[in-house]
This record gives sequence, C-alpha cells and structure tokens, in this order.
Amino acid sequence: MKKKNIKKLANNIRLDLLKMIFKSQSSHIASSLSIVDLLVVLYGKKIIKFDPNKPNLSNRDFFILSKGHAAAALYAVLANVGYFSKRKLLEYGRDNSNFMTHASHKVPGVEFSTGSLGHGLPFACGLAIAKKRKKLSNYVYVINSDGEMAEGSNWEAILFAAHHKLDNLILIIDYNKLQSFGSVDSTLGIEPIKSKFLSFGWNVYETNGHNYKKIEQVLLSCKATKGKPKCIIANTLKGKGISFMENKVEWHYKYPNKIQFEQAVKELTL
Amino acid sequence: MRNTFINHLTELAKENKNIFLLVGDVGYNVIEKFKKYFPDRFLNVGVAEQNMTSIAAGLASQGYHVFTYSIANFPTFRCAEQIRNDIDYHNLPVTIVSVGGGVSYGNLGYSHHAIQDYGLIRMMPNFKIASPGDSNEVISVLNYLTKSPQPSYLRLGKNTENNYTSYKKNIVAGKWYPLPSNKGHENVILSTGTSLKWVMNNIERFKKKDIYTLPLWGMSEKQKQKSISRQFSSIITVEDHLYDCGFGSWLKESINFSNTNRSIQSLALSTEVTSMVSSEENILKKMRIYN
Repeated sequence: MKKKNIKKLANNIRLDLLKMIFKSQSSHIASSLSIVDLLVVLYGKKIIKFDPNKPNLSNRDFFILSKGHAAAALYAVLANVGYFSKRKLLEYGRDNSNFMTHASHKVPGVEFSTGSLGHGLPFACGLAIAKKRKKLSNYVYVINSDGEMAEGSNWEAILFAAHHKLDNLILIIDYNKLQSFGSVDSTLGIEPIKSKFLSFGWNVYETNGHNYKKIEQVLLSCKATKGKPKCIIANTLKGKGISFMENKVEWHYKYPNKIQFEQAVKELTL
Repeated sequence: MRNTFINHLTELAKENKNIFLLVGDVGYNVIEKFKKYFPDRFLNVGVAEQNMTSIAAGLASQGYHVFTYSIANFPTFRCAEQIRNDIDYHNLPVTIVSVGGGVSYGNLGYSHHAIQDYGLIRMMPNFKIASPGDSNEVISVLNYLTKSPQPSYLRLGKNTENNYTSYKKNIVAGKWYPLPSNKGHENVILSTGTSLKWVMNNIERFKKKDIYTLPLWGMSEKQKQKSISRQFSSIITVEDHLYDCGFGSWLKESINFSNTNRSIQSLALSTEVTSMVSSEENILKKMRIYN
C-alpha cells in the first residue's frame, strides 16, 4: 500500500472511531487516536500475516491489544481491512452488542479480550512459547499503553520473554506520555524505559509512532533480528489527528458534543 | 495426593500430547518425573503466578490442556483476575492445581491456608472444581478433566495418599458417590476434598450415617442437587474451608435455588482459625456446625 493510501486509510479509521465514540457517547477517544498509525502500518502494510476471510487461519500472526480501552481503533481497523462490514461498527457500545468498548474476542479478528491492564503481554508470552514449542514461525504483536507499564504482571512477562528468548514476540509501547490524571512522569515514572528493557535482555527500538515509513522500517528490523524479544517504544501523541484533543488529559474521558464532532470531521476530511 | 497426581498426569501425557505443565517454582522432588519425560511440555515459570496463569491461557488458546501447579493460595488468589478474565471468560482448557488445600500446611501459617479458595473459584461460571478426597478420586477426576478439558481447579491435599473410596471409571460432575462401607442410611455425611480424611478419622462421631463424597462440582452442577438431596433425610456437609462461600453454602444455594425446603447442616471452619498456627489436625478440631 502506497503512502497516500496508508494516510487515507488512517484518516478513514480516525473518522470511523470518531463516529463510533460520538454515537455511543463513550470514553477513550484520545487513547484510540494515539495508536491508529501503528495499527494502520501493522495491518495496512500487512506486517501482520492475516486473512480476514479466515480469522482462525493456523499460520496467522497474532495481535493483542493490551490497552483494551482503545478498542474503537482496533475495531475500525478490522472493519477497514475486511474482517466485517463497516456497518457493524455502529454497534459499538450499544446494548446487546459484541462490540463492547474494551477489546472483545467475540469480535472477528480480536484474539483476546482485554480491558484490565497488564494481561495482554503475559498472554502473548503464552502464545509465543506455544508457537516456539510447536516449531511454528508466527509472530505475536502486542500494544501496551505507557501508563500500563506500572502493572507488575508486565514485568513478570518481560523477565519471562527474555529468559526464554521469545524473538517471535514484538511489544509496542504506545508512549504518548499521558495517563488518567496527567503525565506518566508525574504519576509513576517509567523512565529510563529504554534502559530498563535493555537491562532486562530485550532488543529495544525507538520510533515516531505516527511516521508510517519509520514504523514500517522498525517493524521489519524487529522481524529480521533473532534471539531476543523486541520492544518498540513508539513516541505518540494522545488524541493524534484531532487538534483540540491532542495531548489533553480530558479526552481520555470525554466524548465530543455535536459541534466538536463536526469540527473533528472537518479536520479529518480536509 | 500430589504424587498420585504427578504420576497419573505423566501417564496420561504419554498418550495425550496436549498436556502441558507449568509450575510456579514449586514441586521439588515431585514434578521432576513429568519434566524428564516431557521437557517440551513443561516450564517452570518462576515465582510469578499472574504471569503463569496468563501464559497458561495463551498456551491453552493454541490447543494445549495446561496444568498450572503451585501451593495453597498462590495459583488462585494471587492471580484471581487472570483466572477470571483470561481463563474463565475465554473458556480455555486450563486446570489450576493447588497443593495443600485446606489447612494441610497448618504450621506454615495463614498465608498457606487455602480456606477461601472454593469461594473464589465457585464464582467462575465456566469452572469445574475437582476436589478429590483420596488417591482414587485424584485419578478419577484427572481422567475426567483430560477427557473434557475445560477451565478447572484441582485442589489437592499434601500428604493424603490413603484410599477410602473406590475408583470411578466415568465420574460424573455433580454426582454424590457413596463409600463402599455404606449401609443404606438415610442420614448422610457429604464430604468434598481433603476433609474426607478428617471424616474417616472421626468416624465414631457419625454412627448411623452413610458417607458420600462429591469430588466434582461447580456453578453448573447446582441444578442437579435438588433431586439428589431429596433421597436423604438429613445431610451434613464437611469441608476444610470457611463456611462462608464454601461447599456447604454452595449446596444450600443449590437447593434453595431449586425451590426445595430441605435444610442441611455444614461442618466447616470458622474465622477463628484464621489466626491459628497449628497442625492440620489441631486446626480441624475447630470445625463447627453451621445450620
């Protein structure tokens, strides 16, 4: 997929998730916008091996959204790459729907339900070790939030992945530097995060989480190196793509009113 | 019990290539046999029960029937949310094995007393509780679980290798099993798990009563209890667990749930034992009747 098309896909996904969250009056729009470009490269550039017509294909790669509150972005991506009709996205957050506002395995293409933080990476370790033991070459991708790194279960998994040399495991940290009450730094600082991962025995990469080319390059580098699990620290902007939501804590919670919605649509369709 | 468990699991794993054992750095001098035969289906994940439980879910999602093995509350309470979200919600074939059910680790203190575990696990809709009373029941429930892999909790005593019951070839979940020595009395004792040993050691207290065990139970077995309980005039449940949210209260819920008026009594531990450091035998003396 060409750069122009990737950008168009990203815009479509941002528009879709904006509509979903506006209609359902739900939270976490900024968290969802933060990871759109990462997901667009993973799925749009087919870094992840998948077939939307065969969601349970045995030789597929796995993607786990550990920051399950950004499910709107994942659902929108899955619809745009063909797992289900875009009409289904309107079920997001509605009564009796499978499209709950945290990632649900009842939605085609979603491997694992999340919502409570610190579950995705340990589960992914189980997937990765299963593939190793079965001598299969599938990759397992995980996106964690930065605030999520405070969960102790992640550090159990980080030890485990290094000890067992899970080089089929690629963790992406969505490092937008904002969490529920303010900055990560002022809440429970995770710096120096790169050194931490290096000292735990991981290969570590840093990238701009909104630059498609750089994201693609770093993912390809991850796949090319063997012997260690990989961590990509993706520097991102919470709320990316909608100017008045960018880097604002309150958009972790708020949903747009009609005027804000229309302004956001305008920005995304320019 | 733990030796019977590991020996039988090792035997089963020779045929069943999906059996995978994870241990949380416990089981010294017990689990080595499994590790020796099946190094590719064994992992010591270290002292990290949350991770162990989620890893088990990941492995189980790829076709393995995973057994997680640790002691007392470590594989249950320490990782309660991983059990709830990762195993139960996804309905994955993971069997959590806890050695030292009840107060088997008496003198090790409260951290090692598994006396609230039924309460935790019986809240999980998809979970089966396998609580064998002796080695024959360990083998019976293991055969069941490996034939029907599902979210499950296997609660083992530490050193109970005696046999009081007979082997049950096709054990049925929710069914009460009579001891071979029963005489057909209408008043019965219903034991689950390691408290059977206590019942047998105190058998003189239960004259003119038959003994039954219920080794496999859970939320989905509640409906069956109405018709089974009707067969008896009186029932006393026995468990090495706190009364609240335990086995007896499960049975009472089941029977009320089924709209019968039968009352039952429960012999269970009181909260008095939560501050006790003593042998299993001494702590079990503190069991009391709950109406």
